[in-house]
Amino acid sequence: MRSAEETVRDVKSGATSASAEVETALAAIKARNDELHVFLYVDEEGARRQADSVDNAIARGDEPGALAGVPIALKDNLCTRGIPTTCSSRILEGWRPPYNATVIDRLLAAGAVPVGKTNLDEFAMGSSTENSAFGPTRNPLDPSRVPGGSSGGSAAAVAADMTPISLGSDTGGSIRQPAALCGLIGVKPTYGLVSRYGLIAFASSLDQIGPFAKNVTDAAMLLEVIAGHDPLDSTSLPEPSPSLVAHVNDGVAGKRVGLVRDLVDGADEDVVRAVDEAAQALRDAGATVVELSIPEFRLGLSAYYILAPAEASSNLARYDGVRYGLRVDASDVTAMNEATRTAGFGDEVKRRIMLGTYALSAGYYDAYYGQALKVRTMMIDAFARAYTQVDLLLGATTPSVAFELGSKTSDPMAMYLSDIFTIPTNLAGEAALSVPFGTGEHGLPVGVQLLGPGRSEARLFAAARVLEIAQGR
Amino acid sequence: MTPALRREDVAHVARLARLTLSEAELDRFTEQLGQVLEHANDMSSLDLEGVEATSHPFGLVNVVREDVVRPSLDRDEVLAMAPDAQDGRFAVPRIMGEAP
Repeated sequence: MRSAEETVRDVKSGATSASAEVETALAAIKARNDELHVFLYVDEEGARRQADSVDNAIARGDEPGALAGVPIALKDNLCTRGIPTTCSSRILEGWRPPYNATVIDRLLAAGAVPVGKTNLDEFAMGSSTENSAFGPTRNPLDPSRVPGGSSGGSAAAVAADMTPISLGSDTGGSIRQPAALCGLIGVKPTYGLVSRYGLIAFASSLDQIGPFAKNVTDAAMLLEVIAGHDPLDSTSLPEPSPSLVAHVNDGVAGKRVGLVRDLVDGADEDVVRAVDEAAQALRDAGATVVELSIPEFRLGLSAYYILAPAEASSNLARYDGVRYGLRVDASDVTAMNEATRTAGFGDEVKRRIMLGTYALSAGYYDAYYGQALKVRTMMIDAFARAYTQVDLLLGATTPSVAFELGSKTSDPMAMYLSDIFTIPTNLAGEAALSVPFGTGEHGLPVGVQLLGPGRSEARLFAAARVLEIAQGR
Repeated sequence: MTPALRREDVAHVARLARLTLSEAELDRFTEQLGQVLEHANDMSSLDLEGVEATSHPFGLVNVVREDVVRPSLDRDEVLAMAPDAQDGRFAVPRIMGEAP
């Protein structure tokens, strides 16, 4: 399959067409979707229509856009007008949004071709995509293992060469962790860089949409298209999309990199080794690498599993059987609300709603929610102190390579621990990405994480590119 | 340290969150949620007196726009997706008792 960069080049030159690329993608989906369960919905008709419109634009001599003819997979928590959007939940089964998320409109304007909606952990709550009400997604590299989560379907779509790029969302690691487990680039952009309008809310102060790709340039191309201020999202940064692709080959010469012990300790041996090798590759390219300890990172998991459920309990109050999705009839409105929510939500969603309700309830608010908001401040200050010494941080993305289906489903706390290295970035609202670096146990990919301050995406892409080059890619 | 989570606490929050739990679910959720809260106790031992709370990472506040009418979603299209609608409105089961 062509990369996004190659697709745009070849579609523009006439070496291929958007329609031909879309047929390739649809055939690849057909070949493996039953086995891997990547897509919940494939929009063949819409994809062919958009591809035709790109091909017609080129035939007329019009500029077809920065992602002309590139097939793309969309996490099914992004609203797509007239196309089912479920969040992998029974509670939204059958719902067709009356509007597009801002990122979808931007993709269409750039000539990208959405081909369908991918599986996720219900309402993006999970780290393996096993919490989907419609069944798990399997890792294309080893179908006995999980693809990670919650954006597991979007990661698997790219790993299985169904589409060259895809979109996910990252609240505590939901892009970076599956990217690591599937051997992809996955980016959690700075909070507010990408509009959340039309991203179905999980934890609004942490959620951010971002790209998956097989290479750094494709990820940068996609992020450039979707970033930039949107008046429909009042938390979006009031500035235009940054220039990213132009800086991909800036390198790391003279840059200072902090290898964070707290983002490595406790990881499996193969993961630790990959991070050390990545540090050496950055040194070889002219960076200075120093070891740092940021002990505040250890509090991230606790703060996150109070804050995210607290916000979720409020955000998910809207699923009451009144305006959209499922309704389970009952004699009065309160009984209807309760019957609907009990039937519509899965166990993990119920756990988080109850946890959040508890953390916000009278008598416990200060001890849990109030304290977690202060830990969030500590986290921001700890990052800021580190960035007085270094330009970016390096660590592991996940403690292990892809794990087997079913191995953590009965123990929520064990599942939560797979996000331990990714959570600090979300709490601080900063930027981070995962880049595949070498292989670990069972020949599976290992992801290393590069972290930077808010708006440092160009710097992170340049460092990730150095790691690609070091692996001969 | 905050007190351990009790079964009746879970029953209470389930009621607040409009969720019905079976007896077996109550047992299971009490144990699982208790583990998460126990983990969160590493925060409660911290002295954070004087530390400001953060709700937005960049302190963005008060985004305003001109108070002018803008196009919005089409009412019929929105209502077509509702479980029940009547006379241009969402319809729900009765909220109060029958009229006398």
